[in-house]
Amino acid sequence: MGRTTGIIIAAAAAIVILAGVLLFMLGRGSETAVNDLDKEMSDLQLPSADGSTPPAPTPAAGGASLAGKSLVVVSWGGAYTKSQIEAYHKPFTAKTGAKITSEDYSGGVAEIKAMVLAKNVTWDVVDMELADAQRACDEGLLEKIDAGMLPAAPDGTPAVQDFIPNGITPCAVTTIVFSHIVAYDDTKFELKKPTKLADFFNVKDFPGKRGLRKTSPKINLEMALRADGVPAEKVYETLSTKEGVDRAFRKLDTIKNDVIWWTPGSQPPQLLADGQVTMTTAYNGRIFDAQIGEGKPFKIIWDGQLQELDVLSVVKGTKNLEAALQFIAFATDTQRLADQAQYIAYGPARRSSLPLVGTYSAKPEVDMKAHMPNAAENSANALQIDFLWWADHQEELNQRWNAWLAK
Amino acid sequence: MAAETLSEQYKRSGKSGRRAAFLLVLPLLAFLTITFFLPIFNMLNRSIDDPTIDRLLPRAAESLRAWNGKGRPPFGAIAALADDLARAQSLGTVGQIATRLNFERAGMRSLIMKTAREAKTFAPPYAQAFNAVDLQWSDPEVWGVIRHASATRTSSYYIAAMDQTRKADGTMVPRAEEEQVYILMLQRTLWVALLVTVLCFVLGYPLAYFISQQSDRTRNLLLILVLLPFWTSLLVRTTSWIALLQTNGIVNDALAFVGGDGARLELIHNMTGTLIAMTHILLPFMILPTYSVMLSVPPALTRAAVSLGATPWTAFWRVYFPMTLPGAAAGGLLVFILALGYYITPALVGGRTGQLISNMIQFHMQTSLNWGLAAALGGILLACVTVLYIIYARAIGLNRLRLG
Repeated sequence: MGRTTGIIIAAAAAIVILAGVLLFMLGRGSETAVNDLDKEMSDLQLPSADGSTPPAPTPAAGGASLAGKSLVVVSWGGAYTKSQIEAYHKPFTAKTGAKITSEDYSGGVAEIKAMVLAKNVTWDVVDMELADAQRACDEGLLEKIDAGMLPAAPDGTPAVQDFIPNGITPCAVTTIVFSHIVAYDDTKFELKKPTKLADFFNVKDFPGKRGLRKTSPKINLEMALRADGVPAEKVYETLSTKEGVDRAFRKLDTIKNDVIWWTPGSQPPQLLADGQVTMTTAYNGRIFDAQIGEGKPFKIIWDGQLQELDVLSVVKGTKNLEAALQFIAFATDTQRLADQAQYIAYGPARRSSLPLVGTYSAKPEVDMKAHMPNAAENSANALQIDFLWWADHQEELNQRWNAWLAK
Repeated sequence: MAAETLSEQYKRSGKSGRRAAFLLVLPLLAFLTITFFLPIFNMLNRSIDDPTIDRLLPRAAESLRAWNGKGRPPFGAIAALADDLARAQSLGTVGQIATRLNFERAGMRSLIMKTAREAKTFAPPYAQAFNAVDLQWSDPEVWGVIRHASATRTSSYYIAAMDQTRKADGTMVPRAEEEQVYILMLQRTLWVALLVTVLCFVLGYPLAYFISQQSDRTRNLLLILVLLPFWTSLLVRTTSWIALLQTNGIVNDALAFVGGDGARLELIHNMTGTLIAMTHILLPFMILPTYSVMLSVPPALTRAAVSLGATPWTAFWRVYFPMTLPGAAAGGLLVFILALGYYITPALVGGRTGQLISNMIQFHMQTSLNWGLAAALGGILLACVTVLYIIYARAIGLNRLRLG
């Protein structure tokens, strides 16, 4: 009896130790996956504040006009929020005296809807994907923003012309262009390297598992059609017909059993690093972080990239409407947008900001211009996601997407 | 006289005792009402109640409700819609109307937005005015969509949750086959819950028996080990399985060491992953009730059975097992009901094929914002649990369930 007990205790202790070691070995990667389940924006490691030059705050033009006011600005967390704190929040506080509290969320409109319905609005400004902002705007959950209050470009071009197409919508002002790209592990393809989007669907010549985003048909259907030879300007026209949708799903069928599905944006670089997949779709900022920040042998295929916009919006019924609008006008001016790009590889939404983009704050030898999704050499064959088309068709296609996934 | 006083006194003291008991559970009752009953009621209400169209298109809703859905919509309804849309446009409520109608039929959103922008200029004949904006308005089905949505008490979310759709005149037709998903998900959820329950029983029952046979000290230690997983978060336990089971994970490395690279199995991001992780997480809920019931079985009984000539198997099967069944049955019920509502674990390790109905509910809550459909799916799941619970209670007998 005593001996059995001893053996059991020893075995149990071994299991506990093993579990401990395992958890330790799991390391940062999986922990991140846990922490930001559903988080879809970049999570770059930013340099500590002392190592980098903070953007020079503009001299207080109107004085501390908002002193004593405080704003709650909600964003995706991680390095993305940090880039906003450096580029927008700190200079705004310096200029106006308004205190900014930063909160994290994982996207979607659910929280905003609940808040507005309950008439208990605690968020003022929210960073959203354009498609979500459009839907929230439709449902009357966001304040309208007058484009006239946005500052003009330094050369005097009015904001409406300075912003990229769809950059200003009734309830939202765009800050960045982010991109869905295909990334691959360079070490897995020794002789022949994949160079174009179509190679993603070619499992014969470029063997290995693929990573695709699970959450919605958006991105996946467009990519399938682009890879199948549909030109960018015909994608949504094609998808508007049943045959076009069938064609996209048929293309996806060809790799359906080779796919590992990801949800949070931190997952694709992790899947590549773990050797789970050899090629995956991803947000370009995440791959930039792995490439440049961590020195991973990953490569980006810019061919056929899908660009999406990320915007700032004001929650309907906020008590700080005036300050919130001032913040948005400030954060989306030419210099602020260009400043943000030195912390994260997402492109500024103003044309006038692009030439002002400098080097990566953590590694001054890296020119950020080359990593912007909307830099000319990267966006040659790009497609802008049509958020209005998706607003119309998402119910139907979500349904079909979920059914396709389940079968 | 005296007896009466006594019985009155007895009643009174009983009453005050009951009142004290009631007061004692009152906080819990209030807590449950606020955090449990009200939300469930709210959810069920949301799945059938949708006043959006009735509120925002009042006149059109009224005249469309009077239409039987056959042939063309009445002229009055067309004129009323033109009027209502023009007003909605000026009030800024068109987006809500468009979103609501788009739940019913793809493309309604842009159709309504587009039409509402022009509605102010509409003049009789209205039908032509609508058709001039978009020819879709000549399709009675489009009007049927508004007609169905105009009811404040709607069954359309339940219809959608059953993979059905409705024509203008109200006849139900199944959705296109490539769009059917909820029934499949529901079946899969029930099947997974059943499978996990069986797996937990197969793994948990022998372990519970083993623990119950140990000395007090060992028993406590083993019990702590059973409870140990509760010390770590559910997310950590689930993601640990990713590290263990992935293609280059420890399990597969071990397999490859024995059988070469061809021996690697796909253990995660599919149904296998969901089953393994859920069984692991729910196992303690099976072990604990089974174990505590086993403790209360006097060992003398099996010994008596053996001494009366029973084989060890007969003694176990005819004497011991029936006495431990109430514990195992209670554990089974716990595991089954918990498994029905699992969503984080399948979301993380289930990949494409290991998703359950709760992942669909989460999708409609968070992503598609179709709360009505999410509520209807939740309502159906709740109904399933209730029905299964009743069947279970009939088959096993609720008074026989024991948690220890």
